[in-house]
Amino acid sequence: MSQLSVAVVGIEPLLMFLAGRDWLNVRTRWLLGVVLATLAIANVVVLVLKRQPENSLNAAMLRTINLRVRAWWMMCAILVAGILLDYRGTVLLFGGVSFWALREFVTMTPTRRGDHRTLFWVFFLFTPLQYVLVGLGREFYGLYSIMIPVYASLFIPARIALSGDYKRFLERSAKISVGLLICVYALSYAPALLDLELYTTRPGGATSQESILNGPLVPAAQSEQAQSEQAQSEQAESGQVQNAGRKLRPWSTAAEGSNAGLLFYFVLIVQLGDVFQYVWGKLLGRRVIAPEINASRTWEGFLGGLTSTTIVGALLWWATPFLMWEAALMAAITALTGFAGGLTMSAIKRDRGVTDTGTLVQGHAGVLDRIDSLCFAAPVFFHLTSHFFTPK
Amino acid sequence: MATVLSVIAKLLAGTNIRWVDCHPDTCQRVYFANHTSHLDALVLWSSLPRPIRALTRPVAARDYWERDVFRRYVAALLNALLIDRQNIKVHASPVEMMIRAIGDTYSLIVFPEGSRRKSDEEMGEFKSGLYYLSKKRPDLELVPVFIDNLNRVLPRGEFLPVPLLSCITIGPPLWLETGESKTDFLRRAKEAVRRLKDV
Repeated sequence: MSQLSVAVVGIEPLLMFLAGRDWLNVRTRWLLGVVLATLAIANVVVLVLKRQPENSLNAAMLRTINLRVRAWWMMCAILVAGILLDYRGTVLLFGGVSFWALREFVTMTPTRRGDHRTLFWVFFLFTPLQYVLVGLGREFYGLYSIMIPVYASLFIPARIALSGDYKRFLERSAKISVGLLICVYALSYAPALLDLELYTTRPGGATSQESILNGPLVPAAQSEQAQSEQAQSEQAESGQVQNAGRKLRPWSTAAEGSNAGLLFYFVLIVQLGDVFQYVWGKLLGRRVIAPEINASRTWEGFLGGLTSTTIVGALLWWATPFLMWEAALMAAITALTGFAGGLTMSAIKRDRGVTDTGTLVQGHAGVLDRIDSLCFAAPVFFHLTSHFFTPK
Repeated sequence: MATVLSVIAKLLAGTNIRWVDCHPDTCQRVYFANHTSHLDALVLWSSLPRPIRALTRPVAARDYWERDVFRRYVAALLNALLIDRQNIKVHASPVEMMIRAIGDTYSLIVFPEGSRRKSDEEMGEFKSGLYYLSKKRPDLELVPVFIDNLNRVLPRGEFLPVPLLSCITIGPPLWLETGESKTDFLRRAKEAVRRLKDV
C-alpha cells in the first residue's frame, strides 16, 4: 500500500536532482517521464485490484503482476542510480545483478563436487573480469566481446577435466558455460550501450550547421583520429561517415538524446515485450507454442506482443538515434530475442522441475526470472546498434 | 566484529532463513541441525537474530577449530563450545560439558550426526548426545533446523567457497516424551529435521 506513496515522494526530489545532470537532456527526460508515468499507472492498477476483495482475477495472477511491477520499480531505480554514478557505476550495478543471477542459475542446476573449483573461478574471476573490461570502455571491446566465449568456455571444460571427475562431463561443462554466457556475458552488453559512440541517419543536426570539409570519412581514418588529439577528434565527430552505404552523422547527445536514454529505451522495450505477450496471451491465447515447456506462452500472445511492441518502439523513436522504421525493426528484434530468452529460461527451469528460480532455495526473489529476456536481447541490440549506428 | 562476521557469512552463503511454526526467542534452546559443511555452525549462528546470537553457543570439534589462528579467532567470536573428540573422559563427557556450559542462560547449536557425512544425499544417524542432553535438562526446547545447499557453498575438503544460495529452515520445537526410548527419540528428532526440507 505504501509503495505508491513512497514512489511519489521519492520521485520529486530525484527529478530535481536529475535535472542537473548533463546526460539528462529533454528527450531522455521525456522518456524517463513516460517510463515513470507508466509505472505509476501500473502501480495504481495493482493497488485498485488489491482493494477489491472479490475480484474476477485470481490471486496468483495478481501476485505475478504485483511482483512484476515491483521488479520494474527496482529496475528503474537501478538504471537511474547507475546512470547518476556515471558509466562505471552502471556497469558495477549490472555486475551485481549478473552475479546474483549466476548464483541463482548455479543454485538451480545441480553440479558435482568436482565442479567446485571451476565454479570458484567462474564467480570470482570471470564474472568480475567481464565487467571490469566492459567498464574500461570501448577500447577493450575486442577483449570483452570474446573473453567469455573464448577464454572462459575453454577454461571451464579443462578445469573440470583437471578435477578428475568424468561423470556427465559434457553436461556439467555446458551447464556452467551456459550460465556464465546468459547471466554474465549477455547481460554485460546492456551497460555497454552507454559507451557507444552513436551516429544517426536522421537528417539535420550537425550537417546543417557546419559544412563538411573533409567529406565522408573512411573507417580507418575515423578510428585513428579518435585516438589523436582532442581538437582533431572533435572535428571528426562533426563529420559524416559511411556505413553500409548509408550516410551517418554524429548523434548529438546534447540536443537529440543520450546513451542513457537508449539504455532506458532498450530495457523498456524488453519489458513491454514481456507485458504485451502476457496480456495478449491472457486475452486471446489459444494455441500454446510449447506446452511441455511453458503453458502460458501462446502464438496469439507472441504475435500480439510482437506487433504491439513494434508499434510502441516505433513511436518512441525520438529517444533513440534510429529513424522511425529503424526503431520499429529494432523493437521487433528486441521483442523476438526477449521472447527467446524467456522460453529458454522456461526450458531450463522445467528441466530442473522448478517454476520460479526464486523458489528453488526457498524464499529468494527470482532475479533470473526478471532478467531472462533482458539477457537474450542485450547482446543482439548492442551489436546491431554498434554495427549500424557507429562509425565503421 | 561478530556482527561483521555474521554479515559476511550471510552474504557469502546467500542465506535465507525461515522460521516455520517457531519464533525467535531467547529462552534456552538446543538447535539441532543436519551437518553438511564446515560453514554450518557459522552460517546458522549468523542467521539468528542478534540478541539470540549473543546467547547461543555452537558446539564444535576442537581438533578442527583449533587448527589455525583464523579458526581459533572465529571460534572465539562465536563463543563456540569446543569438544574434544579424541579423548572423552567419563566425568567430562560432552553432554556434561554442554550442560555446564549453558548454565541457565545459553542456548546451543549441535550437529547430532557428528562428523559430516560422506555422501551428499542422506542424513546420517543421530548420535545419542541429544537424547542424554534432553534427559538431563528436560526443560530445554529442542529445535530442529534444516540446512539446505550449504554443502555446495563449501564442500568437504575445499577451502575456497562458492557463493551459491542456501536456505536455513527452523522448525517447531520438540521435547523428550516421558518413557520414550533412545532410538525412538533419535528417529523422531531426525525425522523432524528431514521434514523441514519439504516445508
